Amino acid sequence: MSDVFLPSAEMAYSSPDAQGFFGPYGGTFVPETVIPALTELDAAFREALDDPDFTGEFGSLLQDYVGRPTPLYRADRLAETVGLGRIYLKREDLNHTGAHKINNTLGQCLLARRMGKKRVIAETGAGQHGVATATAAALMGLECAVFMGTEDIRRQSLNVYKMRLLGAEVVPVAEGSGTLADAVTGALRHWVERVGDTFYVLGSAVGPHPYPVMVREFQKVIGEETLVQLQGRAERVPDAVIACVGGGSNAIGMFYPFLRDLPAGKRPLLVGAEAAGLGVETDRHGAALTKGLPGVLHGFYSYLLQDEAGNPLEAYSISAGLDYPGVGPEHSYLKDEGLVRYEAVTDAEALAAFAMLTETEGIIPAIESSHALALLPRLAPELGADGVVVVNVSGRGDKDMDIVREAGLGGE
Amino acid sequence: MASEGAAARGLGRGFPADRAALVIYLMAGYPDRATSLAALHAAARGGADVIELGVPYGNPLADGPTIAEAATVAREGGFGLGESIALAAEFLAEAGPDAPPVALMTYLNPLMRMGPARAAAAMREAGVAGVIVPDMPPEAARPWLAASGGIDTVFLAAPTSTPERLATVGSASAGFVYCVSTTGVTGERTGLSAELGGLVESVRAHTTLPVAVGFGVSGPEQAAAVAGIADGVVVGSAVVRRQDDPFAVEAFVELLAGAVRSARS
Ligand SMILES: Cc1ncc(COP(=O)(O)O)c(C=O)c1O
Repeated sequence: MSDVFLPSAEMAYSSPDAQGFFGPYGGTFVPETVIPALTELDAAFREALDDPDFTGEFGSLLQDYVGRPTPLYRADRLAETVGLGRIYLKREDLNHTGAHKINNTLGQCLLARRMGKKRVIAETGAGQHGVATATAAALMGLECAVFMGTEDIRRQSLNVYKMRLLGAEVVPVAEGSGTLADAVTGALRHWVERVGDTFYVLGSAVGPHPYPVMVREFQKVIGEETLVQLQGRAERVPDAVIACVGGGSNAIGMFYPFLRDLPAGKRPLLVGAEAAGLGVETDRHGAALTKGLPGVLHGFYSYLLQDEAGNPLEAYSISAGLDYPGVGPEHSYLKDEGLVRYEAVTDAEALAAFAMLTETEGIIPAIESSHALALLPRLAPELGADGVVVVNVSGRGDKDMDIVREAGLGGE
Repeated sequence: MASEGAAARGLGRGFPADRAALVIYLMAGYPDRATSLAALHAAARGGADVIELGVPYGNPLADGPTIAEAATVAREGGFGLGESIALAAEFLAEAGPDAPPVALMTYLNPLMRMGPARAAAAMREAGVAGVIVPDMPPEAARPWLAASGGIDTVFLAAPTSTPERLATVGSASAGFVYCVSTTGVTGERTGLSAELGGLVESVRAHTTLPVAVGFGVSGPEQAAAVAGIADGVVVGSAVVRRQDDPFAVEAFVELLAGAVRSARS
């Protein structure tokens, strides 16, 4: 076991502050009506983390219900194909419900139950977070409503059906482009109305404080397991760790333990893949970190795709989980501090990576996760033929069959 | 911090000593610039004491469908914060010294995008008396407050606010305190919450400023009821619904003004 894996107190990464600011990013920019609820949530969250009953129940659900730890699989044929030494895939696709989202929804629904709430709401884009919330709600006997844009309801009909089977109400949001950002707005508006009896289960590391830090807390198991699994194989600190970034929950869940536990000079290159859609030079993409400017949307300050007048722009990506005009505030901070590198990946590159993993390893990834995989061939020349890379496969691709078929993969 | 001239132009002068003020919300640029300017004049003629001019924004988190849809139309016509300030300037210049004071209701991001200093300078130049920013709680207002000398910043109190928050909101506000009548977004509602009287009293206990009640007031009857318990009545969606016809706005505002004036206080 290499000693660089040992935590180093003096280099501790300590964001956010008590008000939920990561440098200048994050904070709480919401109507007064929900501020008391956020304060109450923050207190309940902190209390729960200190309560072994809560953390113990969360841990056993992750193990027995979700199926954790997820494997860290060494993908040799993939490594050979892209010209790297070793590639490890963190198999979040093998979680119950097929993505990392369940880690967070179990944490938040446990907290909702602990706070005495009988009803949860959520937003969803691809439907993964909606299904994961409906699943956790069914498990805990909570009433559940999921807000979803009308365009996404069309694109992800299978997940809509699953949510209904699980007993959730799917509330269509027709406003705007009918996608993820509109769903968040719909859910927030509803929360303002029903804040007394309703817990809002946010699906990514976005939103007002304490959501970004809470979602990170429930997702950090991804990176923590990865560190342990690498040491268990006597592997060295990898050269790079890659994850896709929509709102940024799977990425921060993977990156945070590396930032917290490894001293600055010993960390791998951390790389986030955001959606370039049809290209960042067009106006059809979701690359907030590459092309956005800091601004406020959905209650927090972060890089944001916005027009001259400060209106949020419509984001676009082939993947419904990445077409969000903003990004979690911690990622904005990590970008500015140079602690994580963010690159944009087009629809076409993601599709090619989807095909590559499917054909070389027999693993069908989510189209979101394919954005992370697409950075492998791009980084390989820089990392060299001995390079060791970890990729977070945030979810499985079952939900994306219609989309990849439409795009012409598999000769159809 | 405000100079005497600024104080004389402040939102406070829209609140009469002997009765509740009528605060009329209009959407800038809806359905087009000329009609919204005519609607501003119509509201003033009809008896509005204060005008709240909404700045169209693409993610109006605190607004219901009527105002959100009006914002979409106005944005398609090219309206944003800059155009809204210019519209206010034109209205105030035309209406002269007796014009009701104007508060801009804008979301935070347009303000940030223009930059607090530039936005505040443009508002002062235009004669805008105040701002209401629904997604800017007092704790998040420092950059704006540092730049906005001479402009009253109104903060919002909600039915969910704790006494500590009411104290924060009450002491941070200038001009008046905006008391949100119910949890939820803007829009017409049929009834008034039975707890409204108690809510207004608890807001009053934490401020020396007038307390205006908004969200959900849909007609003269409710306006009169609110005027009986608060220092101001805000009517928004019910006016915006009529905004494409300035004559209808004037007639409706007259009705509301009559109701507010006749209310027992
Ligand atoms: C499989 C998968 N990966 C990634 C994402 C993007 O979200 P985040 O950036 O929060 O991980 C989603 C969102 O729906 C998803 O379903």
